[in-house]
Amino acid sequence: MDLNKKYTPQSWPDHPETATMEGKNKFIGFWLLLAAETVTFASLFATYLALKDKGPSGMEFAASNLFELPLVFAMTMILLTSSLTSVYAMYHMKNHNFKAMQAWLGITVLLGATFLGLEIYEFNHYVHLGFGYTHSAFSAAFYTLVGTHGAHVLFGLCWFIALMVRNSKRGLNMYNAPKFYLVSLYWHFIDVVWVFIFTVVYLMGVIG
Amino acid sequence: MAHETHTHVRSQTEYEYIRRQRSKEMRGQLTSFAIMIFLTLIAFTAVAADFSPYLITPIILLLAAVQVVLQLYGFMHMSNKGHGMVAFFMFSGMFVAFITILALVTIVWW
Repeated sequence: MDLNKKYTPQSWPDHPETATMEGKNKFIGFWLLLAAETVTFASLFATYLALKDKGPSGMEFAASNLFELPLVFAMTMILLTSSLTSVYAMYHMKNHNFKAMQAWLGITVLLGATFLGLEIYEFNHYVHLGFGYTHSAFSAAFYTLVGTHGAHVLFGLCWFIALMVRNSKRGLNMYNAPKFYLVSLYWHFIDVVWVFIFTVVYLMGVIG
Repeated sequence: MAHETHTHVRSQTEYEYIRRQRSKEMRGQLTSFAIMIFLTLIAFTAVAADFSPYLITPIILLLAAVQVVLQLYGFMHMSNKGHGMVAFFMFSGMFVAFITILALVTIVWW
């Protein structure tokens, strides 16, 4: 069977992401990766919690006087909205509407890039204040946790763009439907991690 | 072939039915999104309002947990059928995550 077999909205399967053996394998393997990522982030969260506000005696920075909530609130709203726009993209994927899916994926990428830009601004701001990676155990744990999340956002953006560009002339078929589905799962997972970052790092940091 | 699938062409009635089901599901997703935004607003407002940390910390952690459930079961479709193994993976991951965090926060001191 030809991978590039053309489908119509009428012949498109209900669950194109798991309609083929290849899709099923990708689906189960990817969720296993997400479970492993949960553990990865848990170890970084655990490190952060253990080392929060810890460092050389007399250090001037602590979570309660460093973080600024308005910026974090904006980042949270942007990432949460980008999670919804990728749900819209998958809605159109299931309706076999390639153009609408690409458009929503494009919006998701723009929101993700805005989020990443704000995070870079935030880190840059802290470094200029003197809160660099090697400042203290606290700063190292903070940058490693939030930076790993940021690296995931960057990877997600590259993944989105690569799929959109590679398949721009191909349209939706059984070959790429599982790929689009997985990148959207990855994106939701990034948002799940962010929910804990804004709660545990920023909100619990500000209240001390 | 790994990409082999059975092709079924829907009748007009079937097609309209599934389109309706999908837009209904999409409305559900929008509701989840509205709840997530609302929970986020409550969490930020509670912190800005300067209540006691002993009161706020469990509340915002609970709000985060609810939001994550909405993401996993709503946006990531874990509530759909065929996600049994997925749930097994994720709950195992969460269990190890819990043990890891518990161990490090209790064992590391400065």
